[in-house]
Amino acid sequence: MNTTNITTSHWSRLLEFAERRLPALTRLKQAEPLPILINRHRIYVLPTRFGLMFSAVLLVMLLGALNYNNNPAMLLTCLLGAAGYQSVFQAFRAIDRVQLRALRAEPCHAGDTLRISFYFHIDARPRHSLRLSVEGSETVFDLAAGSDGCVRIELSARQRGWHRLGRIRLYSEYPFGLFQVWSWLNPEFAALVYPRLEANAPPLPQDGADAQQQAVRRSGDELAMLRDYHPTDPLRSIAWKASARHDTLLVKEFEQLRGREVVLDFATLHGLERESRIDRLARWVCLAEAAQLRYTLRLPERSLGPGLGADHRHACLRELALLPGASA
Amino acid sequence: MSAPRMNTAPTRPLTPAQFGLVAASVFAAVLPHLWRLPWMFSGPILVLLIGRWLQRQRAGVRIPAWVKLPLILIFPILIIFHYGNIFGREPGSALACAMLALKLVETEARRDARAAICFASFVLMSALLFDSSLGFALLLFVVLILFFAAMRELEPRPTGSAARSGRAILGEDLRAGALALAAAVPLALCVFVFFPRLGSPLWGAPTDTSARTGLGDRMAPGTIQDLLIDDSPAFRVSFDGPLPPRAELYWRGPVLWHFDGSAWTHPEYFASARTTGDLQATAATIGYEVTLEPTDRRWLLALDMPVSAPNNAVRGADMSLVSRTPVDSLLRYRVNSAPHYRLESTLGREHRALALALPRGFNPRARELAQRWRQELVSDDAIVRAALELFHKEFFYTLNAPLLGRNSVDDFLFDTQRGFCEHFSSAFTFLMRAAGIPARVVTGYQGGYYNATGHYLVVRQSDAHAWSEVWLAERGWVRVDPTAAVSPQRVDLGARAAAGDSAPWYQADWLQGLRNHLDLVNRAWNDVVVQFNALRQQSLLTPFGIAHADYMDLMWTLIGVSSLLLALFAWWVLRAPPVAGDPLDAAYARLCRKLARAGAPFTPAEGPQTLAARAAAAWPGNRMLQPLFASYVGLRYACALPSAEAVRRFARAVGALRIQAPVRMAR
Repeated sequence: MNTTNITTSHWSRLLEFAERRLPALTRLKQAEPLPILINRHRIYVLPTRFGLMFSAVLLVMLLGALNYNNNPAMLLTCLLGAAGYQSVFQAFRAIDRVQLRALRAEPCHAGDTLRISFYFHIDARPRHSLRLSVEGSETVFDLAAGSDGCVRIELSARQRGWHRLGRIRLYSEYPFGLFQVWSWLNPEFAALVYPRLEANAPPLPQDGADAQQQAVRRSGDELAMLRDYHPTDPLRSIAWKASARHDTLLVKEFEQLRGREVVLDFATLHGLERESRIDRLARWVCLAEAAQLRYTLRLPERSLGPGLGADHRHACLRELALLPGASA
Repeated sequence: MSAPRMNTAPTRPLTPAQFGLVAASVFAAVLPHLWRLPWMFSGPILVLLIGRWLQRQRAGVRIPAWVKLPLILIFPILIIFHYGNIFGREPGSALACAMLALKLVETEARRDARAAICFASFVLMSALLFDSSLGFALLLFVVLILFFAAMRELEPRPTGSAARSGRAILGEDLRAGALALAAAVPLALCVFVFFPRLGSPLWGAPTDTSARTGLGDRMAPGTIQDLLIDDSPAFRVSFDGPLPPRAELYWRGPVLWHFDGSAWTHPEYFASARTTGDLQATAATIGYEVTLEPTDRRWLLALDMPVSAPNNAVRGADMSLVSRTPVDSLLRYRVNSAPHYRLESTLGREHRALALALPRGFNPRARELAQRWRQELVSDDAIVRAALELFHKEFFYTLNAPLLGRNSVDDFLFDTQRGFCEHFSSAFTFLMRAAGIPARVVTGYQGGYYNATGHYLVVRQSDAHAWSEVWLAERGWVRVDPTAAVSPQRVDLGARAAAGDSAPWYQADWLQGLRNHLDLVNRAWNDVVVQFNALRQQSLLTPFGIAHADYMDLMWTLIGVSSLLLALFAWWVLRAPPVAGDPLDAAYARLCRKLARAGAPFTPAEGPQTLAARAAAAWPGNRMLQPLFASYVGLRYACALPSAEAVRRFARAVGALRIQAPVRMAR
C-alpha cells in the first residue's frame, strides 16, 4: 500500500515535471485556452526523407573528395552541407512564436462543409509555406507581417452537435524541405454543427392544432408563391396551369399566412425515428424562417418561442443540434 | 508522441517555375562536364536536356516508359564501348552526367525533382576532380545558390496566393539561396579545415590518361606551338634569394637526344638511368621552391642545372629531373641549382655516339653546309658561332611558321627561314651533329613573370621553349639558344613580345598584365586550399601545443569549433524578439504618454472612459481627443479581433496628435 503511494507520487511528480518542461506532451490530451503561443518548448524537429537522402549524398561526396584528396571538392561539399544543415534554424524560425489567437466557425448543417477560420498572429517576420493539418485535410498558407493571418479550412461536418477539432498539426518544411518542424495544437474550441436538413420534408404543419389557420390560408386572396406538391396537400390548392408548364405539380401558397404562427412540436411527429424528427424540425425551422412565419419549437424538455429572426433561428437549431442522441 | 507524417503533400505536378529551376540546376551541374566529355556523350546529353525542356514547355505530358527504358540502357553500353569499363573518374562521371540528364527526363513530381537536385550536387562535385582551379571552383560554388533556390521553390505555396511574376520568384529564391550559402561559410570552413584528411586513398584512384597540356618527351612540328598559345600556369617558383637575371631563367625539362627526321624524342632508358652526373658548380647555387601544376607526366622542372634531385624524384644522366610517380596533383618540391657550372667535362663513348647520331637520308643540304663549315673553320667554337651568325642574319621569329616537308631542316634552313624555338633548336642541333659536334635538344620553359607583390615567379605554358646544348672539349655541355640569336626579345621579354602580331588575341599585352597580377590569387588558392593535406593539417594545432594532431585531436577540435558556431546561430535564433506586444495596446500607451507629457498623468486604475472625461475637461478645445478615445474603446471592447488596418489607422492618428500643456489640469 505504502509503496504504491510512493510510486504514484513519484509518477505524478514526473508528470508535473514533464508538463512543465514539455507542455505539448501532456497538452495532447488536454485542450488549452486560446491564445496559444508556439514556442521552443513545443516545437519538434526531424529531418525529412529528403533530408536523409541529402545526408546520404553528402556522405558519398565527402568520401569522394577525401579519397581523391581534392580540397576544392571538399570545400564544395562542406558548403553544401553547412548551408543545408543550418536551414534547420530557419525551419525553426518559421513556426517559432506563431500565435494562434482565435478560431471561428460558421455554423453549418451536418452533411455540409464546415468552414473554420484560424486567426494567427506573428511578429514582424513574415512566414512562408506554413502548413496546417486538421483531420487529414492539408492547407498551405503564408503569413505576412502585420496581417490578420486568417486561414480558412474546410472540413466535412458529419454529425450534429459540437464538432471538436482534435489535434491540429502546424508544421513547415521551409526553407529547403530538409527538416520538418512541427507543433501540436489542441485549442479549446468546438464548432456547432446544426442538424441535417431533411431532404424532402413535408411543408410546415397546417392541420391538427392549427386547422383554423389552414382555412385562413386557403381563403387568402393574394398568391404569394408556388412550391412543390406534397402528398398531404389538398387537391384544390394545386396550381394546375402552372404545373402543366413545369411538368411537376405545384401548389399555391397565399400571403394571408404571414403574421401567423406555427408550432413545431417534437412530440407530434409520430412514426419517425428520433434523428429523423430532429432533421425534419430543423428543416421546418428554416422553412418558417424563409416564409417569415413566427414559430415555436417544442422539444421534450423545453420550448422556444414563439419568435422569428436570426437569433431565434440559431437558438432553435442549436437546441436541436444539442439534443441528446437516441442512445443517450 | 507519434512520428510526424512525412511528405503528406500530394504528388502534384511541378509548376513551370519549379521545373525551370530544377532544369537549370541540372544543366548547371552537367555543363562543367560537357566540354570535357567526348562528343558521343556530350552531344546526346545536351540534346536530351534541351529536348526535355522544350517538350515540357510545349506539351507538358509525361514521357512514356518505352522512350525512357532504351535511353537508360544505351548510355552504359556506350560508356563501356568507349572507355572499356564504367568505373573510375572518367567513365563514372560520364555515366553520372547521362543518368542525371535522364532523371530530368522523368522528373514530373516534387520527389523526382529533389532526387535530381541531390544527384546534381554529386555531379557538380565530381567536376572539381578534373579541374580544381580557383575560377572554376568559384563558379561551381555559385551554382550551389541555384540548387538551394530550386529546393526553396519546391516548397508548397498557398494555392490562392497572387500569381507572382517569374522574375520575382527567381529573385526571391536566389536571394534566399545566396543568403543561406553566405551564412554557411564559417561552418563550412571549420569543417573543411578540421575534418581529418586521409593519409592514403581508401580505394585506388586509378590514373586517368586525360590530355593535359604540358611538355611532352617529344618535340615534333607543332607540339610547342600548342603550348605557346596556352596561358595557363605551368608552375610557380619562390626563390630563397633575389630573382636571378632573366637570361639565366632556363627551366630544364626533358632532354631530347633522338632524331628520326621529323621528331626529337627522349630515349626511354634515360629516365631511369641513375648517375650522379659530373656536375661542378662554379658559382654559388640558388635555392628555390617549385609548385608544379598537375601534368600527369613525370617530368619535373628545374633551373639549369639542378645540383640534386628533390625527394621522390631522380636526376637523369642528362640532368633532367624525373618524378617516381606521375604528377597528377599539385606538387611542391625544393631544388638547388647551379647557374654557372661545368657539366661532363669528359664525354663517355655511349653519350658521344648518341649525341652525334643522325637519321640517314634526311636533309642532305644541311649536312653539306655542316661539312663545309667543318672543313673551313678550325674550332668547334667557330662552327657554333657560324651557325648562330647564319640565324641572326637571315632568319626571323614568328609563331605562324610555314609547314615544312620531309626534309624539315633543309626546308627551314634554305627556304622558309622563319619559325620559333622549335625550328631553331632542331635545325641548330642537326647542324652541329652533322658537323661532328655532340649536341642535344633541351625542352623546358624560359623566363616567367615575376609577381612583385607575392615575390614569386609564375611560368606559363606559353613560356615553353626549346634550346640546344653542345659539348665542347674542356668546357663540357654548353647551353646555346639559337632562338636568342634570331630574336633576343624572346629571352629578354618572353615569347609574347617576340611573337608580335602573330600572337592570338587573348594574349594582348594588357590582358596578359592583368592575368599576371591576378595570378597572386590563384597562387594563394593553390597554397591554402588545393595543397592542404593530411600533413599540413597535422601541424594546424601547433600553436596550441599539439605538435602532431591525430584523428582524435582533429575530431575534438572539429566538434568543439562547430558546436561554438552552431551555438552562435542557436543564440541568434532563440534570442528574445523585440517585445512587439499588441499594436493596439502600444498605440494606446503612446497616447497616454503624450497626455502625461502634456500634463495629464494617468493612473493605471483609470479606464479609457474616465481618462477621456478628464482629458475633455483639460482640453475642451481639442477636437481630436474624443474621437481617438472613442475609436480605442471601439477597437478594444466592441470587437473580438480588431482588423489590422483599423489598428494601424488608430496608431497613425495617435502619432499625428499634437497637444500642448493645458492652462490648468483638473484633477
